[in-house]
Amino acid sequence: MIEEMRRGALANLPVGASVAAYGSVLGMLAAQKGLTWLQLLVMNLSVFAGSAQFVMVEMWAPPLPVVEMTLAVLIINMRYLLIGASLDPLFQGKSLAHKAGIMHLVADENWAVTMAAYRHGDATTGFLLGGGICLCSVWSMGTLLGHQLGALVVHPERFALDFAFVAVFTALTVSMWRGKSDIVPWATAAILAVVAERWLPGKWYIVIGGIGGASIPALPSVFKSRKEVHATPPETASVRPITEKTK
Amino acid sequence: MTFATPSDLTIAMAIAGAALATYSLRLGGLLLAERLPKNGGFKRFMETLPGTILLSLVAPGIFSAGMLGGVAALTTALCAWKTNNLLLAMIVGMAIVAVGRLLL
Repeated sequence: MIEEMRRGALANLPVGASVAAYGSVLGMLAAQKGLTWLQLLVMNLSVFAGSAQFVMVEMWAPPLPVVEMTLAVLIINMRYLLIGASLDPLFQGKSLAHKAGIMHLVADENWAVTMAAYRHGDATTGFLLGGGICLCSVWSMGTLLGHQLGALVVHPERFALDFAFVAVFTALTVSMWRGKSDIVPWATAAILAVVAERWLPGKWYIVIGGIGGASIPALPSVFKSRKEVHATPPETASVRPITEKTK
Repeated sequence: MTFATPSDLTIAMAIAGAALATYSLRLGGLLLAERLPKNGGFKRFMETLPGTILLSLVAPGIFSAGMLGGVAALTTALCAWKTNNLLLAMIVGMAIVAVGRLLL
């Protein structure tokens, strides 16, 4: 488990640098809004969701709009419902305590790195957790540095740090490619996401693109007659979930 | 002074609310997936989902970065495909965008 966690942490270091830089921007904004470093740290450890925390700090003015803030966070983080669901094969056979403990530290970045590694058959829940610990640490360090000293990088765009996330996720998307059958679902997802991002607030575009694209391969069975569906034997998984191959 | 800053109680409520909302979604998604059928359309949906979520995460970012974003993303993808090296692919993509923004 420790070895898996170490590998997961290392795999998340490249994107971690960018996470820290953005953390420092959040820290600087939080200081301007009057959050103490302790409140910020508690937020990092308990919420641990970058874009949601940016919105919270944005809304941070007395009297705190607690209900609106919680709703905003709920909407921005709706994608975690899908991200959590997609981790089901990785957690096969694990106890509820194991799931409840590790899921807290699932962010976009370590989820993506883990899913890519999983496709190659070498990811475990320990790998996921190691990545989460790595990201939570650099995120907290970045925000606290920004809070105390100002942002490490005032305009992250100038150094293409905003594109770091795009680049990492693009590279990881490549390893998700399964073949020609992905063309239509992927094109659908991309178009839906771009359009939704234009017209809808928050992070709805991830939910809409993700569900829309993944629905394509699910559609044929809807149109098939019941008899036909029942006649086909249950498919055997093409990719065998490899859990606990190594300790 | 005290009425100019939010009270400790509302701060605690705001952070706790956000934490609870986020955690419920994270764990809720996983626990919900266990209860979904594991065959037919649902199975295909769940197998395609990781790829389409990832793509949806990046597509608007690439699109809004315009021509430069497209070139950088394509080079990043190609680099990832050929070398299987995440760090290298990321640096190549960032370098193209940084240089592009400096020049254009």
